[in-house]
Amino acid sequence: MGAELGKYKSCVSARSTDKELLKCAQDGGIVSSLFAFALDEGIIDGAIVAATKEFAAKNPSKVILDSTNFDMIEPWRPIPAIVNTKAELLAAAGTKYNISPNVALLKEATRSFGLDKVGIVGTPCQMQAVRKAQLYPIGMRDVGASIALAVGIFCMENFPYQSILQLVEDHAAMKLESVKKMEIGKGKFWVYGKRGQVVQLPLKVTHKYEQPGCHVCLDYVANLGDISTGSVGSPDGWSTVFVRSKIGDSVWAKAMAAGVFETQPIEKVKPGLELVSKLANEKITKNKATLEARKTFGVGKALRNPYI
Amino acid sequence: MADKITLGYTHLSGCTGCTVALADNYAGLLTLLDKYVDLKYMPTLADARHVQKVDVSFVEGSVCINDKLAVQELKETREKSTIVVALGGCACYGNITRFSRGGQQNQPAHEAYLPIGDLIKVDVFIPGCAPTPQMIRNVAVMAYLLLKGTKEQKDLATAFLTPLMKLTEKNEACFCELMTQVINQGLCMGCGTCVAACPVNAITMEYGKPNGERDLCIKCGACYSQCPRSWFSFDVVENYEAINEAIMAALQ
Ligand code: SF4
Ligand code: SF4
Repeated sequence: MGAELGKYKSCVSARSTDKELLKCAQDGGIVSSLFAFALDEGIIDGAIVAATKEFAAKNPSKVILDSTNFDMIEPWRPIPAIVNTKAELLAAAGTKYNISPNVALLKEATRSFGLDKVGIVGTPCQMQAVRKAQLYPIGMRDVGASIALAVGIFCMENFPYQSILQLVEDHAAMKLESVKKMEIGKGKFWVYGKRGQVVQLPLKVTHKYEQPGCHVCLDYVANLGDISTGSVGSPDGWSTVFVRSKIGDSVWAKAMAAGVFETQPIEKVKPGLELVSKLANEKITKNKATLEARKTFGVGKALRNPYI
Repeated sequence: MADKITLGYTHLSGCTGCTVALADNYAGLLTLLDKYVDLKYMPTLADARHVQKVDVSFVEGSVCINDKLAVQELKETREKSTIVVALGGCACYGNITRFSRGGQQNQPAHEAYLPIGDLIKVDVFIPGCAPTPQMIRNVAVMAYLLLKGTKEQKDLATAFLTPLMKLTEKNEACFCELMTQVINQGLCMGCGTCVAACPVNAITMEYGKPNGERDLCIKCGACYSQCPRSWFSFDVVENYEAINEAIMAALQ
């Protein structure tokens, strides 16, 4: 196990000790608990998270309205929102399984939302965006130093909203509004209905709906988050957590001291880091091959490679 | 101090927003001038205004080719500087001056404006309207390390500046770059960074992908350069913590 897991100071399997929070969170409730704690402690004064249109309709001051048609009901459509309290955090919690452009709120968070200490959760590519913005703040005036906690989530690939619509309503034959939870695990895409029905789709079906931009991504475990987390590697109901930066280390230590999480050594749990490492390598190898193929694309002309 | 780098600032057709952004480093600017940079000439902030021989020159504004003096100053800047930095959207890409068709008072015949790279070789781009104080600061510190640093610091500065040097290969950027170089190329992953970067709120995310209001776009190039899929250097960005700390320490 090496570079595929990024740099980290420590790694554990963890879950929130907050039972109420665990009920509305995916897996170990790590992101919600961390942000709730960081809000309480004043480590951050707001967090950018992926909420839904329902949340946005109820909390219009927490989002920026784009040209979204709010009359159209679109369950599971992610809308980036800024939450300032635990109640708001919980109302917005849960993985949406389609991409939420959280970085879009990063500058405005420090402007009309008035945050001095911003929390942000995002995919590995979004963590790359955040760090690039700190080092090369070309259009991000006075933003870099306000980023107080960036939490990355493991990500194999992501879907645009319409792909989720297609998968759930067409392939799984369920209405999106009747879906309770979606999940990718054990080689399948799972759709859980509110009335208890479960539909599983083989990943073979979902692949063609993936966002093409994901296929050149070389990061699985959010190497650039202060802390990064995901369910892979830990038992059901637990999450794997990498503590990576100095900021991450200090926030994690404080949260542990306050009893926010219970943990197990990652070496002691099944399937453990080995699986994380395997999946990370699979993603990186596959996507490196994509980048390689783009050099000629079979026509002797190169497609762009963003990595220099 | 002998081991400072010398800096000049040539002001062409720009609104002074870039100058203000530089000054908005406040105490950081004073530290820069104290320890690392000897400001040789600059309208507004220095007594000397005329182009002199320097290590690094910043050029603000596009160049009006109907204005002999401006063209002359730009050429002289190139001749007398080791490194020329195009500071801000106008110098890099023309920015808002791309929309000029002349007729304005008090120089109605000044109608043709070009990004400076159309007339001279430029070494580094700092896009954006206005460029940010922090970006100017970072480039200034890196330019210092490049010219005066240890071997290790030179390598870091080279890695940091390389993407900004590569940007000089093209003198056009607007929202269209995101379309042609990122989205059309199958590279966009919907992070939303471009939305935040745009100074005029010309971009919104529609179903996970950016949508540009092209009539609002002023052609500053911020969205494209800020996008993690326009260019991304693992060598540099993975060391963000150490680099940020080094820059902050340098300005103590
Ligand atoms: S910044 Fe780049 S990758 Fe991110 S949404 Fe905009 S165009 Fe797509
Ligand atoms: S869309 Fe906005 S950020 Fe992009 S070039 Fe135009 S004005 Fe600049």
